[in-house]
Amino acid sequence: MSNQVIHALYDDDDTLLSAVKEVRANKHHIEEVYTPFPVHGLDKAMGLNETRIAIMAFIYGCIGFTVAVTMINYIMIVDWPQNIGGKPSFSFLENMPAFVPVMFEMTVFFAAHLMVITFYLRSRLWPFKEAENPNPLTTDDMFLMEVELHDNEKELTALLKKTGAVEISIPENTEE
Amino acid sequence: MYTFSNKLRNLAFTFMVIGLAGLVYGFLSAPKTIEEAKAMVAASHHDAGHGEDHATTTTHADEAAHGSEHGAAGHAEEGHDASHDEHVFHQLQNKPWAALYVAAFFFFMISLGVLAFYAINRAAQAGWSPVLFRVMEGITAYLLPGGIIVVIILALSGFHLNHLFIWMDPEVVAHDKLIAGKVGFLNVPFFLGRAVFFLAGWTLYRFISRKYSLAQDEAGDDSNHVKNFRWSAGFLVFFIVTESIMSWDWIMSIDPHWFSTLFGWYVFASMFVTGITVIALISIYLKSKGYLEFVNDSHIHDLGKFMFGVSVFWTYLWFSQFMLIWYSNIPEEVTYFITRIEDYNLPFFGMIAMNFLFPLLILMNSDYKRTNYFVVMAGIVIVLGHYLDVFNMIMPSAVGDQWFIGIPEVGGFLFFLGLFIFIVFTALTKAPLLAKGDPYMGESERFHY
Repeated sequence: MSNQVIHALYDDDDTLLSAVKEVRANKHHIEEVYTPFPVHGLDKAMGLNETRIAIMAFIYGCIGFTVAVTMINYIMIVDWPQNIGGKPSFSFLENMPAFVPVMFEMTVFFAAHLMVITFYLRSRLWPFKEAENPNPLTTDDMFLMEVELHDNEKELTALLKKTGAVEISIPENTEE
Repeated sequence: MYTFSNKLRNLAFTFMVIGLAGLVYGFLSAPKTIEEAKAMVAASHHDAGHGEDHATTTTHADEAAHGSEHGAAGHAEEGHDASHDEHVFHQLQNKPWAALYVAAFFFFMISLGVLAFYAINRAAQAGWSPVLFRVMEGITAYLLPGGIIVVIILALSGFHLNHLFIWMDPEVVAHDKLIAGKVGFLNVPFFLGRAVFFLAGWTLYRFISRKYSLAQDEAGDDSNHVKNFRWSAGFLVFFIVTESIMSWDWIMSIDPHWFSTLFGWYVFASMFVTGITVIALISIYLKSKGYLEFVNDSHIHDLGKFMFGVSVFWTYLWFSQFMLIWYSNIPEEVTYFITRIEDYNLPFFGMIAMNFLFPLLILMNSDYKRTNYFVVMAGIVIVLGHYLDVFNMIMPSAVGDQWFIGIPEVGGFLFFLGLFIFIVFTALTKAPLLAKGDPYMGESERFHY
């Protein structure tokens, strides 16, 4: 298993997008692309799997909603029955309108926070983590494409040059 | 160029004929005297077969509500007095008028909502929507005829041919201090003058914008587009003020004691979401017939997002209005919702399911918004749900607990549906479906998500 890669720097997102398509069309495996900002359509061009964060957001929202209903039912109806708005019905359903803001907020709170936490876990990010991007220019104005190398350095370099790369380099294998 | 297919034209005429028959039946079967009204209420209470007769024109759920309505009528009957009989008589007399007015206003509101959406797209110089401009212009063609019908109904009310607006009756005002205090605003000449002024303003914008839009097709420069942009921005300012006052006048004043400060926004959200839904439905229909080949899934997806978003926005406004009044429980305010929850339980809560829960769950998924089947299904429910919304705004104050979604109501809906289809699709044949001169057309045609 070769873990040697070749790095190609681009200075324009449109060039990068067409380069990604071209490299993939020539049956090379793109390891990763580093960009200073999200490039529209890049995930589709790279053939990445569709994100599953959306369905998780829905599930998290449902959890938040359930927690809110359970909590408020216990607090306001069961444990210490409250006279809400001068209508002492002591029924969850009849007092429901007063609880809607809480249910809404809890749904949003759970969905948002758990989504962010999920995203961090999945992308293996945590505070003080060292940056993984191989070239600091990708945090400024350059785009970097990392392609797997299988002793086809010449061919690949020519292809990348053709797609408009401004700089091509093969980093030394720093892994121990 | 689009050609209005004979099949659709015949369908529109069929709807109009059936609808007209239903409306005429409604007017003929309204009671002429107090005795007749008493007999009708008694009959609907005692005759068990009555509900089954109507089962063909309504859903089972409506029937259940009808059953409880019988119960309410029955209780009232036991303790009735002469004034109550007269009240019921007026409500039953109002019924066909209210059925006509709800349907007339509902379809008029669709074209007004589309006009606002169109103006927002023009004023925002939106890049995605120019491919849909001609569809929107087709729908707003209904604005003038639909608006004239509504204003005529209001005028007939002003001339005391019906009693939808009780503040128009000097006899009522004389005995009502609250309404007497509002006479400076709520008087027939000023009311009708406002109605004509609003309709004239909206129609004027529609006429000017359509003219520039057609002129832009053949123009060499963008001057028509720029003028359209300026008129649209100006119109939006005019619209939000006049729309708000229109909603007080045409709907809120039916219940002249009650008021809500966000009523204008609430009615606006309703017309906006229905209008956007109708744009999506008509675009999908035209696409299925081989027109609008330049409209792709991403355009439908964006309309779906708007349907979803504005449905939630409508719910937000509806709930804000409901919760504050429910919570504070001030008698003169809360009666509005007590009537609706007690006498209109099913349409009131059914409407929330149709306008909020259903679109929320169906249109949440990104892929469903790109699938015509789901957009059409959600769209039909949203349109019917907002008809119910208008029904709930107008009926409780006009006919009280004597409501029913029967022949006159369905007839009114079908008649205006037929008229709407006829006028909108006739207007669509008048101009090419692609506004080819629009400077954003290239961006719109390439638009993808």
